[in-house]
Amino acid sequence: MTVVFWKELGDHFSSRRFMILLAIIVLTGVWAIYASGQSIRQEAESAPAEFVFLLLLTSQSGGLFSFATFLGLLGPLVGIMLGFDAISGEYARGTLSRVLSQPIYRDSLINGKFIAGLTTVAILWASVLLLVIGLGIVLVGFPPNAEELWRMMIFTVVGILYVGFWLALALLFSLLFQRTVTAALGSLALWLFLTIFAPLIAQIIAGVIVPDPSTPEAVVRQVAIANMISRISPSTLYGETVQVLLNLARGLGVALPEQTQGMLQTPLALGQSLLLILPQIATLIALVAVCFAISYIKFMRTEIRA
Amino acid sequence: MSAVVETSRLTKRYRDLVAVNDLNLKVEEGEIFGFLGPNGAGKTTTILMLLGLSEPASGQAKVCGFDPTHQPLEVKKRVGYLPENPGFYDDLSGRENLFYIARLNRIPADEARRRIARLLEQIGLGDDGERAVREYSRGMKQRLGIAEVLIKEPQALILDEPTLGLDPDGASRILDLITGLSRERGLTVLLSSHMLHQVQQMCHRVGIIVKGKMIAQGQVDQLGSAVFKERQWNFLVEVEGRVDGLESDLRALHGVAGLEARNRGWFLRCTRDVRPEVLALVSRRGLALLQLRSEDTTLEDIYLKYFREA
Repeated sequence: MTVVFWKELGDHFSSRRFMILLAIIVLTGVWAIYASGQSIRQEAESAPAEFVFLLLLTSQSGGLFSFATFLGLLGPLVGIMLGFDAISGEYARGTLSRVLSQPIYRDSLINGKFIAGLTTVAILWASVLLLVIGLGIVLVGFPPNAEELWRMMIFTVVGILYVGFWLALALLFSLLFQRTVTAALGSLALWLFLTIFAPLIAQIIAGVIVPDPSTPEAVVRQVAIANMISRISPSTLYGETVQVLLNLARGLGVALPEQTQGMLQTPLALGQSLLLILPQIATLIALVAVCFAISYIKFMRTEIRA
Repeated sequence: MSAVVETSRLTKRYRDLVAVNDLNLKVEEGEIFGFLGPNGAGKTTTILMLLGLSEPASGQAKVCGFDPTHQPLEVKKRVGYLPENPGFYDDLSGRENLFYIARLNRIPADEARRRIARLLEQIGLGDDGERAVREYSRGMKQRLGIAEVLIKEPQALILDEPTLGLDPDGASRILDLITGLSRERGLTVLLSSHMLHQVQQMCHRVGIIVKGKMIAQGQVDQLGSAVFKERQWNFLVEVEGRVDGLESDLRALHGVAGLEARNRGWFLRCTRDVRPEVLALVSRRGLALLQLRSEDTTLEDIYLKYFREA
């Protein structure tokens, strides 16, 4: 398996499409951080934020999206790019039967490919974040504190899981459709569906279940149902995690004014934030595991003819 | 001598289709076995079952003493398999492709480099090892494929259509390479091919498979006599001079069963050796004999006969 792993890792890092995506991510990252850094510097006198570094990642000022949103958009692309031709590409080149006629267990091929993909994602995400921290130090003028570092580290792990899901999905599609183009388009279609349409559909279904949101309770219920359904989509899970981890949100969904009355306007402690997003993280892990398990079983059972 | 590949009543079904039907195949150690059959006859399916890449519905296979269904790794350690249309990683060089396969076989890096250098030299790609496989011609890829199956120093080779799509020169180079290797290292070779003439020249034994059934197996000349119950005498006669009337005289000769006009002569299908009579006839008419050649049954005749019957 290590042989497959190192080869795949080498292939990923030397491939042209990886270079292109890396360039896009670094450029947008630098631009987003620079823009938000500038605005933080301007506002620094009036209202100094408590967690400046986290603000750097999530502030929207100057750009269209914050850096965290950018990663949420580009992450799936990275995952799909690394996975969509994992198996179908081997089919297309005619290398699969040659590799599998070597004395290796069949699962070491798919395991090696998946772990190499995850490692690539981890290296990419971590290095981009390090770049951002470095740039942040230059812009803000002081280093991040321990809690900020912890939050960014957990954010990295969540990010890797999030991209890992798309990697596993693309891998599955590359197995189901033996043509590379179909696998790529299928993964992209599902990405668009889950990211853009899933929240809309969730709202429609919630509207059917709670037809008349006239009372505040009904409104809360409707939103809660919509949130629940849209949590099928990993994009929602990622977005909520970012809200809690980096935006320091105190809760998810809506809360009635009575519920927020007298609430302290201080950020949650790290442990409390983690507690809040534990279900999201667990769901992400489960999604990755299920996706990969299906590919694994399917791959072990297919007959290799080409 | 022991059998390197042996199957008994090997069967593979795809839903309603019986791809391989009760196949009994035996390849002895050190021999070159030609596996012949039309497209879709079940050759590749059989080969996949021999390597444990596909599971048989029923029946047994033994390769190098191991059951490929239950111990595929032991089989794959000992058998080099070159699929039809082998693919390579286009972005890597020939050397890197070989190195990857060597590492998958757990050959230490130093040893792998030594073997690769030797093999590239042997297959005539010594100067092209560093080039990306993308730039290779078909023949070069096929030779790289041969090098790749040899890198694990196998006991047996299974080659699926090793000459497919090659020009005659490239094809005969590949087949020479295989013959030489088999002789040098005592390798057992099972190859499927459509190039009947070469197969006839290089294979010790052949098996013909049609619609999943092995319909004939044995040495080429034995197969011939088995197919054509009586010994056939086929001759090609070519003469120079005034030939009018010769054709009917030839036809009238005792023992000539059939006659076909060829470009510059006649093809005689006879029941006995008529060469002395033909010679006498030609000299009596004062003609110059250009050639009188015996044409034996070729594998192609056997092949075609079986295909039409099946």
